[in-house]
Amino acid sequence: MATTLAKAARSVEYAARLEHVSKSFATPGGSQLVLDDISLDVAPGEFVTLLGASGCGKSTLLNLVAGLDEPTAGTIRTDGRPALMFQDHALFPWLTAGKNIELALRLRGVPRAERRGKAEELLELVRLGGAHGKRVHELSGGMRQRVAMARALAQESRLLLMDEPFAALDAITRDVLHDELTRIWQETGLSVLFVTHNVREAVRLAQRVVLLSSRPGRVAREWEVGLPQPRRIEDAPVAELSLEITEVLRGEIRRHGQH
Amino acid sequence: MASTDTTTTNAPAEGSVEAGLDALETTQSSRTPLRRTLVDKVLPPLAAIVVVLVVWQGLITLKIVDDPTKLPTPGAVWGAFREDWLQGKLLGYIWTSVSRGLLGFCLALLIGTPLGLLVARVRFVRAAIGPILSGLQSLPSVAWVPPAVIWLGLDNSMMYTVILLGAVPSIANGLVSGVDQVPPLFLRAGRTLGATGVKGTWHITLPAALPGYVAGMKQGWAFSWRSLMAAEIIASFPDLGTGLGQLLENARTASDMAMVFEAILLILFVGIAIDLLIFSPLERWVLRSRGLLVKG
Repeated sequence: MATTLAKAARSVEYAARLEHVSKSFATPGGSQLVLDDISLDVAPGEFVTLLGASGCGKSTLLNLVAGLDEPTAGTIRTDGRPALMFQDHALFPWLTAGKNIELALRLRGVPRAERRGKAEELLELVRLGGAHGKRVHELSGGMRQRVAMARALAQESRLLLMDEPFAALDAITRDVLHDELTRIWQETGLSVLFVTHNVREAVRLAQRVVLLSSRPGRVAREWEVGLPQPRRIEDAPVAELSLEITEVLRGEIRRHGQH
Repeated sequence: MASTDTTTTNAPAEGSVEAGLDALETTQSSRTPLRRTLVDKVLPPLAAIVVVLVVWQGLITLKIVDDPTKLPTPGAVWGAFREDWLQGKLLGYIWTSVSRGLLGFCLALLIGTPLGLLVARVRFVRAAIGPILSGLQSLPSVAWVPPAVIWLGLDNSMMYTVILLGAVPSIANGLVSGVDQVPPLFLRAGRTLGATGVKGTWHITLPAALPGYVAGMKQGWAFSWRSLMAAEIIASFPDLGTGLGQLLENARTASDMAMVFEAILLILFVGIAIDLLIFSPLERWVLRSRGLLVKG
């Protein structure tokens, strides 16, 4: 009986389900609505990007899904605890690259004897085999984000949340990391909810692009990206769809200058 | 994998761009060679010591100061060192004080650490004793000697009490400021990894606060050593064994200026030596491993 229940709970049809989620913050002038009635599903194995201008509450939304904050209204359900990657790598500088990953494993309850091997495997996965003993400050920006990715993967969550993880990187490195992320997503079958303000990045990566309006954040429109992976950010169809989305995004931003 | 044919043409080896980028962007950090360390770090203080000795000897040779009870010659001070060394007493003096100082410091660490954590994490405790704790840092710990003598009499426990009162506030305050300066991002990252509560304190907060804690320890040692010397000078009593403070006090009573200089120099050098041998390497190690130590 217990096992059937567990199985029933296991076969969820979503990695994350947001129903009528609103969030407001208390400000000196009263409460400010940041997110308004957001409903969104991320299917298992799906790659969704959340796109929006500043002030649309993308990061707030991600914090809610990650469980770092509570919604004012609505419900958020996720399939297990999601992993979260930040714009800043957020690696712990007192630990080596490998030990950062091992800490994630340890907090998940992986026995000591298995941690080292698993950490090496994860570093191999992000093409950083041999970087186990490297200190964080000895790594380049791109390498740090890959270690951070490996640490997030160490949590073995079924959902990976990414908060503009490549925004601070140079264009060439970002390009390479897009390829890596696509490859890892395909290899692991993870669901990804990726927040960005970069339209081309959103189209390059996602199966589905969700555009949020600003102040308060609402789901403005969605696009299915039917292009096959691996794509390149320079591909003509990517550019075409980016142009279309950018026009809608600009329209959303323009509305704010009109009153 | 219908796209394999197209990708293989423009991707000679998978991950090779990445390997190139990694190689280009990785900085190699190397240790400074021994020779440069000697020239940059050892030579200047040695030169300063030589200058002081020359000026000192000059004052006496040129008869600017010619009262040996006011200023002994460097040779006479050296003679005092030599005599104590030959009689086998020198190391005894040093050990008496150093063992007291280090034991008292360890006790201060045992008390200051949980106290600091409590002040850093519990809002009520911080409001209650935080200001007192930082205020106590500016109270010279010599002030504790008279009450400690009255409470505990002339024995070692009095010495340890004075050391504790001097060092505990520094250590606790160092830890508090270390915890305050932990970037919130680390705490959030820790929470998403599942480090909450005690696990969060142990795996994230404490290691992240280590630089501030070590700085507090360093200052705590300086305060321990100063308070101990004050206690030894004021409460010098033969049964307690002769430490460096008592040596200085004995020299004063005997009006032996060479011995006074010997004692002062010993107090100075032991304090510096402990800092150079224990706390500075500890601090450098903590900072270097985090990439926070920029080579000048």
